Amino acid sequence: MHETKASSEGVKWPVIGREAASVVLNILSTGLAIVFMFPFLWSLSTSLKTVVEVHAFPPSFLPKVPQFGNYWEAWTSIQFGMFFINSAIVTVCAVIGTVVSSTLVAYSFARLRFPGREVLFLICLSGMMMPVYVTIIPLFLMFRAIKWIDTLKPLIVPNFFAGAFSVFMLRQFIMTIPFELDESALIDGASRLGILINIILPNCKTALVTLAVFAFMGTWNEFLAPLIFLDSVKHFTLPLGLWFFQSYAGDPNLPKDHLLMAGSIITTVPVIIVFASAQRYFVQGIVMSGIKG
Amino acid sequence: MQGYIFLSPWILGFLLFTIGPLLASLYYSFNRYTLLMPIQWAGLRNYQTAFFGDKLFWISVVRTLTWAIVTVPLGIIGSLLAALLLNRGIRGTTIWRICFFLPSLTPQVAAAMLWVWLLQPQLGIVNSMIYTLFHVRGPAWLGDMKWAFPSLVMISLWTGIGSNRMLIFLAGLQGVPQELYDASMVDGANWLQKTWHVTVPMITPTIFFNLVLGIIGSLQVFGMAFVATGGGPAYATYFYALHLYQTAFRSYDMGYGSALAWILFVFVLLATFVQVKLSGGWVYYGGEVRR
Repeated sequence: MHETKASSEGVKWPVIGREAASVVLNILSTGLAIVFMFPFLWSLSTSLKTVVEVHAFPPSFLPKVPQFGNYWEAWTSIQFGMFFINSAIVTVCAVIGTVVSSTLVAYSFARLRFPGREVLFLICLSGMMMPVYVTIIPLFLMFRAIKWIDTLKPLIVPNFFAGAFSVFMLRQFIMTIPFELDESALIDGASRLGILINIILPNCKTALVTLAVFAFMGTWNEFLAPLIFLDSVKHFTLPLGLWFFQSYAGDPNLPKDHLLMAGSIITTVPVIIVFASAQRYFVQGIVMSGIKG
Repeated sequence: MQGYIFLSPWILGFLLFTIGPLLASLYYSFNRYTLLMPIQWAGLRNYQTAFFGDKLFWISVVRTLTWAIVTVPLGIIGSLLAALLLNRGIRGTTIWRICFFLPSLTPQVAAAMLWVWLLQPQLGIVNSMIYTLFHVRGPAWLGDMKWAFPSLVMISLWTGIGSNRMLIFLAGLQGVPQELYDASMVDGANWLQKTWHVTVPMITPTIFFNLVLGIIGSLQVFGMAFVATGGGPAYATYFYALHLYQTAFRSYDMGYGSALAWILFVFVLLATFVQVKLSGGWVYYGGEVRR
């Protein structure tokens, strides 16, 4: 189908003109791709350079001998290893919390009948438009009052209470599963929870993977909440640690750009891995949430 | 009854983490509350301070609105053009798509770090290239009054153009019925005419969806600016959320901070409401089957 679309471009154009246009567009695409990839490649190269190479002018594109030791140094002496573990703990918990709680809630909105369901669903949706800033001050005060500040709890616990976006996405998906499946199971005497686990969940893998990836990215990348809720370096997550290392840590006279780049790569690689392994489901999921939304 | 049991995580969470804090911040916004002293009723004083007494408030408002006006259209047009480039049905598209998409996977703070290094005035690759090619010194970019804001715009486009938005556009483009292209072909339309008269009108719902989300997001810009410029130099990139953060979590002025948060909230609601009202004039839903 795409082939016809491409070949049907500008039928009145002379053939040469059409081919020229195609070449121009290909060059444009390639140029853009290079511009988009360059910052990555450059930071990767910087992260493997020696201090001398980092400060050389004009800079060389590749390090003479890749300094993989930079990563070890970032991991240990700059404590990116510790930040990584904190980020991993928070993210794993957040993903589990989001998936479990949103599944229950979305199932209820999609399948169960109770008074006020439509109104409650609208209220739930309204949560998507709310800027975080309008709740973060009272949340900070609340967490301070119960002595949760400077622990990982404020970053983890709220995820167990089903956010608006995940509920919405999952509910839309569950609605597309044929209702007859539920009904026949009900007649066989299955419980609601049983139906959710045995019938609904196996049928919404795409949506669940998408949800998990969204939750992963949201939590792994989160900067504002850790910035506000954490004080001591030993609890910092990767983004916060990266910022902290850039602005405060270490001797200001010692160059640290290569280590910062190593840290940025350490922060970015897990996202790419997760995305790449979930891509098949994920892209479908994003598109669904965007188009049917 | 069972419905409510399944619903209980959301109900509890909504009360504890959404509506409770929402009402609390509304209440704080009418009070003097600095953590050092007991809370004290202040009526509309915080709001008066914002609109009539706080120069930084207006600076941050102007910066944020400028940010929204510049980055939202550029981002949407950029994503749409990228999607159009990828939707030509040519071999090798996958590799382009990966290249366009990867930057959007970079965590905000890591992206900011990366660009701080690229745009570093003396050692950065951007200025090295400028020097090598033109034999002039490049500006200090993120450290320059004039260039800091455009630099942030550039970073946001780098992470934003190939993002989910592009994927959504791509799916939208593939949903445009082939008959329409065939018909326009019969009429002798060229690529540009087809794009403008067929593609764009057919995907206006997707554009609208991205516009609403884009504006809501752009008004809350924080992390990237906080890391890359800290709001400087000389408040050139001092966005609203930075002002709010400074007020509430650096000066611990929770009352005024809450008022700032509510002003933002009301503005976001109004902006969204206006867009929904205006959308009737330009968003075309005829192509949607499920409605």
